[in-house]
Amino acid sequence: MSELRDVVITGIGLVSSLGEGHDVHLAALHDAPRPHVDAAAFAPYCVHPVVPLELDRQIPKKSDQRQMEPWQRLGVYAAGLALDDAGLKGDAERLDRLQMIVAAGGGERDYAVDGQILDGMRKAAQPEVFLNERLMSDLRPTLFLAQLSNLLAGNISIVHGITGASRTFMGEEQAGVDAVRVAQARIAAGQADAIIVGGAYNAERPDVLLIFEMGHTLWKHGFTPVFERSAEGGGFIPGSAAAFLVLEAADVAQARGARAHARLAPVRAERCPREDGGLEKTLATMWADAGAGRDAFVLSGATGMARITASERETLDALIVTGSIMATGDLIGHSVEAQFPFGVALAALAVEDGLADEAVVTSVGHQRGEGLARVVKAG
Amino acid sequence: MAKFRDRAGRPIVAVTGMGVVTSLGRGKTDNWTALTAGRSGIHRINRFPTDGLRTTIAGTVDFLDVNPMVAPVLSENLATIAADEAIGQSGLARDDFPGALFVAVPPVEMEWPQRRILADATAKAEGIVYSDLLAAAAGGDYRKLHDLFLFGTVADRLADRFGTKGSPISLSTACSSGATAIQLGVEAIRRGETRAALSIGTDGSVHAEALIRFSLLSALSTQNDPPEGAAKPFSKNRDGFVMGEGAAALVLEDYEHAVARGATILGFVAGCGEKGDGFHRTRSSPDGRPAIVAMQEAIADAGLSPDDIDYINAHGTSTPENDKMESMSCMAVFGERMATVPISSNKSMIGHTLTAAGAVEAVFSLMTIAEGRIPPTINHAIPDPAIPLDVVPNVARDARVTRVMSNSFGFGGQNTSLVFTAEPVS
Repeated sequence: MSELRDVVITGIGLVSSLGEGHDVHLAALHDAPRPHVDAAAFAPYCVHPVVPLELDRQIPKKSDQRQMEPWQRLGVYAAGLALDDAGLKGDAERLDRLQMIVAAGGGERDYAVDGQILDGMRKAAQPEVFLNERLMSDLRPTLFLAQLSNLLAGNISIVHGITGASRTFMGEEQAGVDAVRVAQARIAAGQADAIIVGGAYNAERPDVLLIFEMGHTLWKHGFTPVFERSAEGGGFIPGSAAAFLVLEAADVAQARGARAHARLAPVRAERCPREDGGLEKTLATMWADAGAGRDAFVLSGATGMARITASERETLDALIVTGSIMATGDLIGHSVEAQFPFGVALAALAVEDGLADEAVVTSVGHQRGEGLARVVKAG
Repeated sequence: MAKFRDRAGRPIVAVTGMGVVTSLGRGKTDNWTALTAGRSGIHRINRFPTDGLRTTIAGTVDFLDVNPMVAPVLSENLATIAADEAIGQSGLARDDFPGALFVAVPPVEMEWPQRRILADATAKAEGIVYSDLLAAAAGGDYRKLHDLFLFGTVADRLADRFGTKGSPISLSTACSSGATAIQLGVEAIRRGETRAALSIGTDGSVHAEALIRFSLLSALSTQNDPPEGAAKPFSKNRDGFVMGEGAAALVLEDYEHAVARGATILGFVAGCGEKGDGFHRTRSSPDGRPAIVAMQEAIADAGLSPDDIDYINAHGTSTPENDKMESMSCMAVFGERMATVPISSNKSMIGHTLTAAGAVEAVFSLMTIAEGRIPPTINHAIPDPAIPLDVVPNVARDARVTRVMSNSFGFGGQNTSLVFTAEPVS
């Protein structure tokens, strides 16, 4: 194989409870703002609600907006911001070659229909026959297309004209880690010149809260910083957010005169047994393999789940000397598949702004999967 | 050394193990026997009542004892059977696979039986809303359900069982997912990141809501009688696809690594091509360009030309639109020669195995090469004049096949083509 190429980040698109775009998020890295938490809408659960978006700015056709559910609109919007930032919006020739890797879960359900069916099934003589009848008559035919995991990528293709090819990775936090890892590795190895990678998460959904509450993984008290939740059992506060990054081979970006925010080193991803020091050892190994320094600025994707968050903090504290640690969950909440791409985007902004010479992004999935990225100054 | 690298200097990717399970049975032998006999695995659905449904047939896998019967558990079971067969054939350790896992799984979601468990645990007799379900979840121990309905769980369990290395990837590119799982494995080996990859496509998602969703999009055949006659790719009277279940696994290996350990080589993944389509959420570009480009890129990636391809394992869903678009695109890629290039659809017998299809059909493509026999497109009674192709109608055919192209196209503008060969292309 030929020499590996440097990979740079030339486009960043961010949407969260803090706002949209670079400035508001960079400001948050300098001076952590009071988090925007809604404790009422889904009480007793808190969520970080996304700021209202002027969708027309990135999704011009109302018909496209209508065909999507909120998680897809967030993602398509953020992908548009990333393309704008990279100077690729409307560049038909490059967009026709641009590849895409999306980390995604699934889409919203029709809550009213679900409730009515659950009621009716209890009374029905033949519950499954009743289910058939109601689904056949009550489901919106196009709702399926708002639920399929790969239709976030599909909508980005349609709205922004990205038609290289797309792949969708699933699997909660680790989907975001592997999406960025594989995108970086493919570009470095010359398997692609440019890839847009990211994810979107809508936390303001009772159906996803339900999945996590079945595992008792949600934080049910008022906002408390991620690293201070252990005493009360830990847990995460879901946050609506989307992050997309345009990654390019450094020489390709330079040739078209694109500005690089930062360089992304090879991303580490593991799946370790976490007991008996396994998590601590894995984090330390990923840190060393990435060549991270002791003055790195760490953007931790820690969930707030008690044991694993404490282990991560302890390990990171031992690895850094002068650098500082910030939990991205304290800024935007926990956005599951989008959390790691979001962290990498924040790291790039931090490095570009001179906040640190290098930034390290960590991910310890609430159930499984560990990842680490190192971002340094470009060129 | 040079013989282990392709013309671009990349490691050549060999296939050293394959496993498959579909409605036709468990394992390569049973599937191949049925497939070349032109036997259909499509039947009336008995997993759930079909009252009130327009489509009452599917190629479900009913011979496994699965509990609870939900898509992720059945999909995991199917994948395990296929992977066990594949790794067994490869001669590698069954619990210490020396490489990465790429698994195409159907998107996971909570299902009705589990929703009903929570509804029954609420304090309310009626008027149930999601906050009641949340309260019920908070008050009980449902940790198993939490894990069951996470997207990453199937891959995690497979990684545990087979001892694959690194972070397993769960992926979806809709109906081309199985092919993408193979493509990701090929790319990882070509990058030198791993010497072996376990690529799996699995789908056990035929439940009422899944079927109804496709039905509401008018994607399914409604010609329920007889069930085995419903899937008729490339026929004039085709009216939609039939849902199928199954899984396939391929052990992909750096050719050099495979030879060094004395493995039996079953064939090669010589080329991968893909192309996005931004035309519509469910429909393909009318000019077929994305499918054309995917095929051309796969052939070029293999270092071949269209004239080198002996047989096409079609996506061939039996929907009016796919088969027309695929036929037109093949004619554009292969030109006049397309009139004599055999192209057949396994889906005529196993239905559309959705997330698994690209992997299942990859196994059948490689078996076509190994056996020198092309599985037919069954139910081909009324040819479509708009599709003037040799679809290997109704009866299997003996033929020397050394290079196969397999197509997979999906909702969301996904188009993936793979080229398999008997010999390495250097």
